Amino acid sequence: MREYGKYFSFFRLRFNMGLQYRAAALSGVVTQILWGLIECLTFRAFQQADPSAYPMAFSATVSYIWLREAFFSAFSTWQTDGEVFDSIMDGGIAYELCRPVSIYNMWFARTVASRISMAALRSIPLLMVAFLLPGPFRMTLPAGPQYFVLFVITLFLGLGVTVAFCMFTYILAFFTISPQGLRMMFTSMVEFLSGAIIPLPFMPGGVRMFLELLPFAGMFNVPLRIYSGDLSGAEMLRGIGLQCFWFVTLLALGKALCRAAERKVVVQGG
Amino acid sequence: MYTKLKDAVRLYFHYIAIALRSTMQYKVSFILMVTGRFLVSFNGILGVYFMLSRFGHVKGYTFGEVLLCFSIIQMDFALAECIGGGFAMFSGIVRQGEFDRILLRPHSAVLQVLGSKFRIDRIGLILQALAMFLYGIAVSPVDWTMGRAMTVFLMLAGGTVLFISFFWLRAAFTFFTLEGIEAFNILTYGAKEHGKYPVDIYGKKMLKVCTYIIPYTLIQYYPLQYLLGRTDRWYYGLYPFGVAGTVLVCYIAWRIGMRHYQSAGS
Repeated sequence: MREYGKYFSFFRLRFNMGLQYRAAALSGVVTQILWGLIECLTFRAFQQADPSAYPMAFSATVSYIWLREAFFSAFSTWQTDGEVFDSIMDGGIAYELCRPVSIYNMWFARTVASRISMAALRSIPLLMVAFLLPGPFRMTLPAGPQYFVLFVITLFLGLGVTVAFCMFTYILAFFTISPQGLRMMFTSMVEFLSGAIIPLPFMPGGVRMFLELLPFAGMFNVPLRIYSGDLSGAEMLRGIGLQCFWFVTLLALGKALCRAAERKVVVQGG
Repeated sequence: MYTKLKDAVRLYFHYIAIALRSTMQYKVSFILMVTGRFLVSFNGILGVYFMLSRFGHVKGYTFGEVLLCFSIIQMDFALAECIGGGFAMFSGIVRQGEFDRILLRPHSAVLQVLGSKFRIDRIGLILQALAMFLYGIAVSPVDWTMGRAMTVFLMLAGGTVLFISFFWLRAAFTFFTLEGIEAFNILTYGAKEHGKYPVDIYGKKMLKVCTYIIPYTLIQYYPLQYLLGRTDRWYYGLYPFGVAGTVLVCYIAWRIGMRHYQSAGS
C-alpha cells in the first residue's frame, strides 16, 4: 500500500491545481449550458420529425446530454494532459524517467486527478441548473436508487477506460516527434465511436451492435444510459462486463507498450 | 489613398507567402495535420447522415438540403479561421507583448494581426468543406439559376465575414480581459457545430434570437429558403449584405478596446 502513496501525492497535487481555475470554469459552465440546450433542441426537432423512429425515451436523451456536458472534461479525449506531451517534446521526460516511479502509473494518476478536479468543479453548478430548468429539457432523477449506484460505479470505470486509452496517445508521442496530426485522427475517431457526436442508440442497428463491443462504448455511453434506465437488465450487465474487460486489457497493453517505449526513448534536446 | 491600399495588399500577400514558406519547412507534419483535419470533419457528416437516414427529414429538410447548408457553414468557418486566425488567437498576441510591437510599426494594426497569423494549416478544412460542398450541390435538389448561384456566393462571403467579425469581437474584448473568454466560443464554434442544420429546426424563439441578436439567419436560414425554393421572396437571397451591420459593431468595439489598451506588461 505504501508503494501507492506516491501516486496518491501526484493525484492530490494535480487535483488541487485543477481547482485553482474557478473563473475559467464558470465561464465554461455558461457555455456548456447553452450548448446543452441547443443539443436538446436538435433532438427535439428530430423527435418531432418522426416520433416512431426515436430510439429512446426523450427524457433519457435529455439526461444523457446534461450528464455529458457535466462530465465533459472527464471524458473528453481532446483535453489530454498537455504537460505530458510538453515533457516528451521538450525533454523534461528525462527527469521524470530518473524518478523512482513508474511513468505509466504517474501519468495515469495525474491524468485521472486533473480530469476529476475539472469535472467536479463544472458538474455541480451545471447539474444544478439542469435540474431547475423548466419544461421538457429539465434533467430527471435517476431511474431508481440501484441505477444511481451503478451509474456512479460505471462512471468511474468509464473514466478508467478513457484515461487508459489516452495513455496510448501519450506513449505514441514517444515514437513520433510531431504527434499532433496522428493525435487528431485518433481522438476524432474516438469521439465518433464513443457516442459523442450522436449517442450510440441513434446509430443504425448493425453499426450500433458493433460499436457497443468496442472499448469506446465503455467510456460514457454505459454510465450515462444506466442513469436514465435506458440501459438495463442483461444488456446493462453485458455493458458493465465489457467495461471491466476493456479497462483491464487497455491497462495491461498500455503498460507493456510503455515499458517498450521507455527502453528505446531518445530524449530530444536538453 | 490608392498607393496606401496597394501597399497594404502587397504587405498582406507578403505575409501569406511567409506563412506558406514557414509551414513548408515541416512538410510531413503539415500533410498529417491537413489529413487529420480533413478526416476530423467527416465525423459531423456521418452524424448528420445517420440521423437523417433514421428520421428521413428534419423540419422538412432532406439529407441533401441539410448537407448543402452544413457545407456552406463549414466553408464559411474554415475560411474565417484561415483569414481571421490572428483575431482568433489574439489573447496570445496580447499576452506575449506582440501587440506592443505591432503598434510601433507604421501599418494598420488589423492588417498586421491578420497577416502575421494567416492559418495556412486550415487548408485541410477548406478542402474538406469544398468536397462536401460539391457533393451537397450534387445531391441537393436545388433548381439552379443565376440568382441562386449568386446567393450561394453571397452566403459564403457573408458567412466568412460574419465569423471573422465574431473573432474580431472576442479580440476586442481581450483588450479588457487579456484572457480569451470561453463564452465567446458559442458564437463561433457553437454556430459552426449547430449551424449545420437550418436554424428553424431549433424552434421559433431560436430563429428570433439568431435574427435580431446574433444575425446568423442572414447568412443561413433566409438565403437558404430562397436557394431551396421554399419561398418566392427573391430578396431573401440578398440578406447576407446585412452582415455589414455586424462588422460595424465589431469595428466600433475594436476601436474602443484599442483606446483602453494598456499592454499586458511583458
